[in-house]
Amino acid sequence: MIIRNALVAAAALLAFAAPAAAQSVLIKGGRVITNAGAPLERGDVLITNGRIVAVGANIAAPAGATLIDAAGKWVTPGVFAAMSEVGLSEISGSGAPNDASVSGALVSAAADAGRAFDPAATAVAVTRLEGVTRAAIAPSASGTVFGGRGAIVALDGRAESVFRQRSFQVVELGETGASRTGGSRTALWPTLEAALRDAREYPSRYRSGQGGAVLSEIDAQALQPFALGQGMFLVHIERAADIRELIRFALANPSLKFAIHGGAEAWLVADELAAAKIPVILDPMVNLPDRMERLAARLDNAALLHKAGAKFAIAPGPGSVDAHQARLVLQLAGNAVANGLAWDAAFAAITKTPAEIFGVGLDLGTLAAGRTADVVVWDGDPLEVQSAPTAVYIAGREMPLVSRQTRLRDRYMPKAR
Amino acid sequence: MRYSHPIALALLASLSLAACATTQASDVPKPAAPVATAPFASTYTPRPSTPVIIRGGTVLDGEGGELANADVLLIDGKIAGVGASLAAPGGATEIDARGKYVTPGIIDAHSHLGVYPSPSLQATSDGNELTHPNSAEVWAEHSVWPQDPGFSRAVAGGITTLHILPGSGNLFGGRGVTLRPVLGARTVQEMKFPGAPHSLKMACGENPSRVYGSRNQSPATGMGNVAGYRQAFAKAQEYDRKWSEYRKKLAAYDAGDKKGDRPSPPDRDLEQETIAGVLNGEILLQWHCYRADEMALAIDISREFNFKIAAFHHAVESYKIADLLARENICSAMWADWWGFKLEAYDGIRENIPFVHAGGACAIVHSDSEVGIQRLNQEAGKALSDGRRAGLDISRSVAWTWLSLNPARAIGVADRTGSLTVGKAADVVVWSADPLTTYAVAERVYIDGALVHERGRDTTPSDFELGQTYRERAQ
Repeated sequence: MIIRNALVAAAALLAFAAPAAAQSVLIKGGRVITNAGAPLERGDVLITNGRIVAVGANIAAPAGATLIDAAGKWVTPGVFAAMSEVGLSEISGSGAPNDASVSGALVSAAADAGRAFDPAATAVAVTRLEGVTRAAIAPSASGTVFGGRGAIVALDGRAESVFRQRSFQVVELGETGASRTGGSRTALWPTLEAALRDAREYPSRYRSGQGGAVLSEIDAQALQPFALGQGMFLVHIERAADIRELIRFALANPSLKFAIHGGAEAWLVADELAAAKIPVILDPMVNLPDRMERLAARLDNAALLHKAGAKFAIAPGPGSVDAHQARLVLQLAGNAVANGLAWDAAFAAITKTPAEIFGVGLDLGTLAAGRTADVVVWDGDPLEVQSAPTAVYIAGREMPLVSRQTRLRDRYMPKAR
Repeated sequence: MRYSHPIALALLASLSLAACATTQASDVPKPAAPVATAPFASTYTPRPSTPVIIRGGTVLDGEGGELANADVLLIDGKIAGVGASLAAPGGATEIDARGKYVTPGIIDAHSHLGVYPSPSLQATSDGNELTHPNSAEVWAEHSVWPQDPGFSRAVAGGITTLHILPGSGNLFGGRGVTLRPVLGARTVQEMKFPGAPHSLKMACGENPSRVYGSRNQSPATGMGNVAGYRQAFAKAQEYDRKWSEYRKKLAAYDAGDKKGDRPSPPDRDLEQETIAGVLNGEILLQWHCYRADEMALAIDISREFNFKIAAFHHAVESYKIADLLARENICSAMWADWWGFKLEAYDGIRENIPFVHAGGACAIVHSDSEVGIQRLNQEAGKALSDGRRAGLDISRSVAWTWLSLNPARAIGVADRTGSLTVGKAADVVVWSADPLTTYAVAERVYIDGALVHERGRDTTPSDFELGQTYRERAQ
């Protein structure tokens, strides 16, 4: 393939031709949280061509490298919003288009968040300037128990922001799911099993005219890879009894991959979750019996799961996921600390652990040589509400700390008027 | 009469109600129309307390002052002293607050606890009387479910007083009520803050026009909203005039002018009664309004009909008109950073609260959320740090006024709580660390001098939570 090789050669030449040092950034002397060992109290992070090339003490600056003085500051991996609708609507309500919300029965499992993501949405810039560099985004289809296919996105505003399309499938297996199967959990699990059969038998049963037991053809097709274990089911489930049922189902179907979103009562089954290796994406502020499936919600859910050795990430709970406030994940993690969780576990739960849950943990979530350079410099402890980033890098590119909100702020600055 | 007129008058003075002078002719008894704040009287009684001295903490007094290494003395449910090395009566409980922080309790001027309680079910959705756009006749207190587990979570977050409002689906949502978060209360009357004025909830903007417009009813537009407000105030003025006339005639009759029969009172109209209460200054107006332009329209309506707006709620664009709000002496009850969930919230910025403060207007951090109410201190911390980052010089003690004295002003209880001032209610929180930071937790919460929450000790569960199997297991 001559043409292809020529292109590769040209690309390599371009990379080579650009002065390598001009693409290097050395962040010096900060408190470095690597998520791979103890913090470096006065550490350096060297970024070259979008990747971290060194993390340690007294790293020599390559010629021409941009030097960032991080003395007195914190340097961390970029924050990973483990569940969000960022980029799926500019304004969620007011009758404005909202691509996160899918009504009707035309598609459910087939809904595809990655293809609706808008990297130019105002919330993308608002979110990243608070240190959030990546997000898992998901649609909320309501026609069946399947919410649709979620994607993993970078928040750098670039055209190619979606770097994992159709990465996970949202499934409602709690009260919300039951409301779509005749109002009862008794119908929920048989419906799920039938849907998985429909998906595995796609396209034959549809071509033969038999059709699906519960799924339309379009949904069966979309669900198939997940039903064959090629993608993760992100299961919205809260109640301990429902979680136990999921664990039984997962053990009986070892080829399928599951993570839980919600898990308000997960602390009651923490040991079982740890043994089954099913991770939980939980909201550490959920402490009210606001739904009948959350009667046992409590503030130290994360601390108790951590103690049991269960894997968890931190994100807004079902019902609180939105397009505009993914940035609050830092406050969520801070409040888990206020309620007994170790700081490093809390910080990992919004960086490293979600990256692992969504299958990108080898590239994102830690500061180590070879990783993609999502790096944030903060003016203090990032889990503290009074702190804010002073610099944000996504894949090595420095992000402007500007958004529509900062423009409004500057226009109405009291001193300027 | 539990409603005390001296307090009402003090309120009028403190809020400088411009409307009073014109609506109340000197020969007319006030208020002309009955406002009916007497029914459903408070049966709240402070829990028994013994003297407490909280020693050596950093004190944010709620009025903008900070004292290092200071003592706070609580006697008979009141603040009895704030200062260095206070003498305490024999037998006083000593609390060592060295390294800790002491503040007045947080007051949430905008909560729906009780009217939208947990669990959220069809049966508990009690906050919006969405059957007609003017439901000024309904009272939030008649929807409050005292068993809402949200009250105990709020206390654990340092809340000592909260104002419960109806929802915002109507132009006139109904009356709000100020409560103490009394855990284990059997009735709403046991929670009612004695003598606190009633409020009226009104709503600008998208909600009423969406709710009624979708039913092909008025209001369907912003102009329909304004017409709805003005027509209602005009009717209430007329209602008030009828009552004035009646009272004049009655006074004349009683004074000996016995021409004809003894005058009989006009028919009571509960809707008019509430709105007339706003015209008379006896009911405080809490107006849900996001946009700057709509707040300016609301202010013009208040001038047309001579009433006072106590606070705009949500007030996402107050930062654009801080000068106007300062001049009108109207508070803004705001979130630290909510935005974008609808068009009227699109211009939300993180500096709204500090910019309103910097503009000389009254800034309040409110929750409107059963989750947010548990950590309003953190929301104030965000606003403080964002203001400082924008170059404003704001102290943490001034930021605490957004949580205590300013909301107390807006709901009309500032003469009784909202700051650590001798003689005020001993509503006090001891925090583990600087309470404007994330890791600070409320270690001890006092209401009227009685310890109502101690961190690490199970708070009184509501009847709803009592005996739940997970609770038994957790203990």
